[in-house]
Amino acid sequence: MGEEKGRGWSLGLAGLLTPVTVWLGLFFLVPLLFILAYSFGTSGIYGGITLGFNPGNYLRVFDPLYLEIVGRTLVIALLNTFLCLLLGYPLAYFIAFKGGSRKNLLILLVMIPFWTSLLLRAYAWVVILGGNGIANRALQFLGITDGPVNLIFTPQAVIMGMVYSYLPFMILPLYAALEKFDARLKEAAQDLGASRWHTFWRVTFPLSMPGVIAGSILVFIPSAGEFVIPNLLGGARTVLVGNLIQQQFLLARDWAFGSALAMMLAALLVGAIMFYVRKVGTENLEGV
Amino acid sequence: MGESKGGPVYKGLGKIPDRALLLFATLLYVFLYAPILVLVFFSFNSSKSTQVWTGFSTEWYGELISDQSVLEAFRLSMIVGVTATAIATVIGTLTALALTRHRFRGKTLADSAIYAATVMPEIVVGVSLLVFFVAAGLQLGITTIIIAHVAFTISFVTIVVRARLSGMDRSIEEAAQDLGANPIETFLRVTLPLILPGVMAGALLAFTLSLDDFVITFFVAGVGSSTLPLKIYSMIKFGVSPVINALSTVVLVATMVLVFGGSHFFMRKENA
Repeated sequence: MGEEKGRGWSLGLAGLLTPVTVWLGLFFLVPLLFILAYSFGTSGIYGGITLGFNPGNYLRVFDPLYLEIVGRTLVIALLNTFLCLLLGYPLAYFIAFKGGSRKNLLILLVMIPFWTSLLLRAYAWVVILGGNGIANRALQFLGITDGPVNLIFTPQAVIMGMVYSYLPFMILPLYAALEKFDARLKEAAQDLGASRWHTFWRVTFPLSMPGVIAGSILVFIPSAGEFVIPNLLGGARTVLVGNLIQQQFLLARDWAFGSALAMMLAALLVGAIMFYVRKVGTENLEGV
Repeated sequence: MGESKGGPVYKGLGKIPDRALLLFATLLYVFLYAPILVLVFFSFNSSKSTQVWTGFSTEWYGELISDQSVLEAFRLSMIVGVTATAIATVIGTLTALALTRHRFRGKTLADSAIYAATVMPEIVVGVSLLVFFVAAGLQLGITTIIIAHVAFTISFVTIVVRARLSGMDRSIEEAAQDLGANPIETFLRVTLPLILPGVMAGALLAFTLSLDDFVITFFVAGVGSSTLPLKIYSMIKFGVSPVINALSTVVLVATMVLVFGGSHFFMRKENA
């Protein structure tokens, strides 16, 4: 090390990198290769698996039964992403440009729910939307409904729970993008005669695109694989790909099909990251 | 904003939109916190309802601490959290040092693997580890939970420590070496104290993530090992009860203490 630092491989560098290579290699990359191999295998009746090259597990997704689940998952994940963007953008904008000296506190207030368990946040909505819960009593109080209505175990409940859970994932990258923004650019646009809305749509919003894309990926990818929220807030009509994967591994013991579904989620992630790198480049990746 | 002399002063979106924005932001903060607060509120309810307030009581907390299975889950969560955090913090810090101090072939690959581990859907990580552990013949339980928790927290520690390292002034280390300190002395007496806030913040993040993780643990825990989130999940599945609210409140308070502790270090990082 010493003077040599920073140029090429050395014993010191090898020492620093060995633990992470072993751990992430053995317990992250190799397991992914396992499910890649399993996804082309054939499941036996009693849960065993024969390796081979069987594309059938991927083709099963086109079975109308599963296609419906995949379609529903994509619709719910996209809707969730859109709603998070719609709600999150104004708040990120508010904190970045109107937060003043309280910026740090305001963003910390967004981070706290982001750090609390997803499970507890879903449970909160189980209680609120439940039979005699606050939501039902509020609806009756306002005269919108006469008696308790079924709010929980519906697709709407799942989307509600998802928006609530994923909103911070959208706000944080949006804030990171907007916070770097040079307010003089807006002044320049307005000096040149642009209206406020025009300035927003032609200057501020395009410059915040890295945050919009990063936030959308951070919301879309996990919501496409979500299974806890539909498990707790959804019913039979809201089975998502995540639930299907869980069933294949823990109930049906069809690991080959489950692996194929999991690989598709991983492929979706790779696609999303490639999209991000093409649109934004790699420099901002650390901000994510 | 609006500090340019002479020319028109930038006024944001205008008065009415500004007020609308403030109102919207306030409502969104209410939306973010109200459900959690409702949860906490009803943990102190005197009746068995989680929805109708009948009076103040701490009986559910009493029931909570006399529940052996909850205490057992708490104990397991602590053992897993502390062990996984210790391992992940050491590995993550070493990795951050390698990535900030060295240029080497394969660095882009190392970077990509670390970011991939943070964004890979948890369910994919969970099932792939399950398949791997079963194929390797490892008994599912506390060991596999710890291995999995280290695997998904290393990257977060690396990212946090790296942020601290990249903002560090290298000249102090160079001075130490010029004065005759060897690389290990330099690291222990100069570098480590300087990056310690980052390392601590990384460790707190790892501990919080470990304490809160449900999805990955769900797949690798096997039968008989329940961490707190697994215990909470099975309780919710069994039925809504103020005991779950009490347990949620305890977990929330623990998380917040950790986050505020962590944010203290983050703020120092930002001011540095």
